[in-house]
Amino acid sequence: MTSDSMPVADGARNSLYGPLADVAADAGYPGSHPERVGFFTDTSVCIGCKACEVACKEWNGLPDPEAGALALTGMSYDNTGALGSNSWRHVAFIEQTVPSRADPGEPELISAVADGGATRWLMASDVCKHCTHAACLDVCPTGALVRTEFGTVIVQPDVCNGCAYCVSACPFGVIDRRDDDGRAWKCTMCYDRLRGGLEPACAKACPTDSIQFGPLAELREIASVRLADVQASGHPEARLYGADPDDGIGGAGAFFLLLDAPEVYGLPPDPVVTTKDLPAMWRWAGTAAAVLAAGVAVAFAGRRR
Amino acid sequence: MTEQPQVPPADFQSYYGRPILKVSRWKEPHLPAYLFLGELSGALAMVGAAADVTGRPSLARAARLGAAAGAFAGGAFLTAELGRPERFLNMLRVAKPTSPMSMGSWILAAHSGLVSASAASELTGRLASLGSLAGAGSALTGPLLAAYPGVLLANTAVPAWHEAYRQLPLLFTGGAMTAAGAAGLAVSALSRDRPEFAAAGRLAFIGAAVESLAGYGLETMPGLAGEPYRTGPGGRMLTAARYLTMGGGVAALAGRRSRTAAAVSAALLTGGGLCAKFAVLRAGKASAADPKYVVASQRVARPGSQGA
Repeated sequence: MTSDSMPVADGARNSLYGPLADVAADAGYPGSHPERVGFFTDTSVCIGCKACEVACKEWNGLPDPEAGALALTGMSYDNTGALGSNSWRHVAFIEQTVPSRADPGEPELISAVADGGATRWLMASDVCKHCTHAACLDVCPTGALVRTEFGTVIVQPDVCNGCAYCVSACPFGVIDRRDDDGRAWKCTMCYDRLRGGLEPACAKACPTDSIQFGPLAELREIASVRLADVQASGHPEARLYGADPDDGIGGAGAFFLLLDAPEVYGLPPDPVVTTKDLPAMWRWAGTAAAVLAAGVAVAFAGRRR
Repeated sequence: MTEQPQVPPADFQSYYGRPILKVSRWKEPHLPAYLFLGELSGALAMVGAAADVTGRPSLARAARLGAAAGAFAGGAFLTAELGRPERFLNMLRVAKPTSPMSMGSWILAAHSGLVSASAASELTGRLASLGSLAGAGSALTGPLLAAYPGVLLANTAVPAWHEAYRQLPLLFTGGAMTAAGAAGLAVSALSRDRPEFAAAGRLAFIGAAVESLAGYGLETMPGLAGEPYRTGPGGRMLTAARYLTMGGGVAALAGRRSRTAAAVSAALLTGGGLCAKFAVLRAGKASAADPKYVVASQRVARPGSQGA
């Protein structure tokens, strides 16, 4: 169940893909490093207050996205739109019509009843997943993106040169480059607060404990119990997202309890870290380079004219 | 080119149709120009070394000067692409095998040094043996410089790039041959030693065949994987690239006898190579902007996974 129970297998393979028991040790931290921490975001109790977004912006001093220009998106109460360089928490709002039921399950999940069906309002606070196999970190050419001793992933702003490789590598569309200062930014899981023994600002501000912070192994156990409760209360569609160390990113440091398919929330259904295929990619590039060498050789093998 | 069956997932859903991925920040003309100039420099370095060994001094001289010019112009576009260009040297702060851009930066740095030395020796006429040695070295960095961008683009979450990891390197090394061959043909149209440049015409023809084949491979990737290369801005550019490159390849065969044919071939092949690079960037952006490509590739790959 927990990543800590995973046997350490072939290191080279696991540095690119697959379960990884100790992500900080894999990054070179000594055995005395703190245990891996994370977020469990239980969307079934999210009330869409956006306190997490506000607390994040306040604590991290995030600038307004477009110098004072606030836009209404028309997407329910979501006027943030997506995670980005200046939005490290994003609350999604989804309005759905679902069949009426004699037993509506947990009442707070069904907000209004209409003719022939009920309106269900899904709210979810999205965040950087702090992947076990983080593509952004793997592809960063400068070493600006690093793994912390807590197993999280952060950008060092004084090193980043704005190449934007991480932007295209992230399978969740989380990290982005700021237009004004030219560097990539994303959630740090409040690295400064962690160093000071505090929980991240979003988790601190969340009034319903939809955002829970703690050691990742403990959170995974809490989540499996909570999942069973929600499913038993009449929501068999509930599922965990990012909690499985056997998934395509080796499990997320920030995982979720969802009440519908991931893509409904704007999440990729089954992301796989791109570096899984990196050895095969270099082999194909090697073949292509050999074709080039052969082509030049053939062109010059003919008569000297 | 027959139309592939389009099979969007039956239960395709999204969050207000918004992209799941961030669309690449790499822009036009910087990225396509860098890809073109990098592969040009890589192949010209090989042409320079081969011409040197086989006794074609005029061709060797032109190729070495062109390789240096291509490397520096490409490097300029690459630097201008950065959010913080003044921190370009941070690229050489670490050497990371998991980052194709890190590997590429080291390849470009080594290649630029070697082609500069060989071009400087060519221009000044001094230290000819060292210049030849540097030129020979650049014949080893050249194919790496031409091929690595295929890995650079494929090692992302962008569906049209990642799923094309077999085709993209071949598109770029084929393009390297056409670009270098076209440069040779262009010079031969103005040169007095035209027989020396026959090899450039042959290289252009071989390259046009390889590049067209790789482009065909992109277009025929099944279902949604190849759609951004068949339709939309990427598809239109790749179609243009195909006609230009194939036309240029045919013209290259006549370039030995006619200066006009050599010039026409050079123009067509250069245009085709550039269009192919623009096509790849535009196809990648199209596939990142529409969530259906992300959902389709992941639902097909592992049906019944955690999300289903």
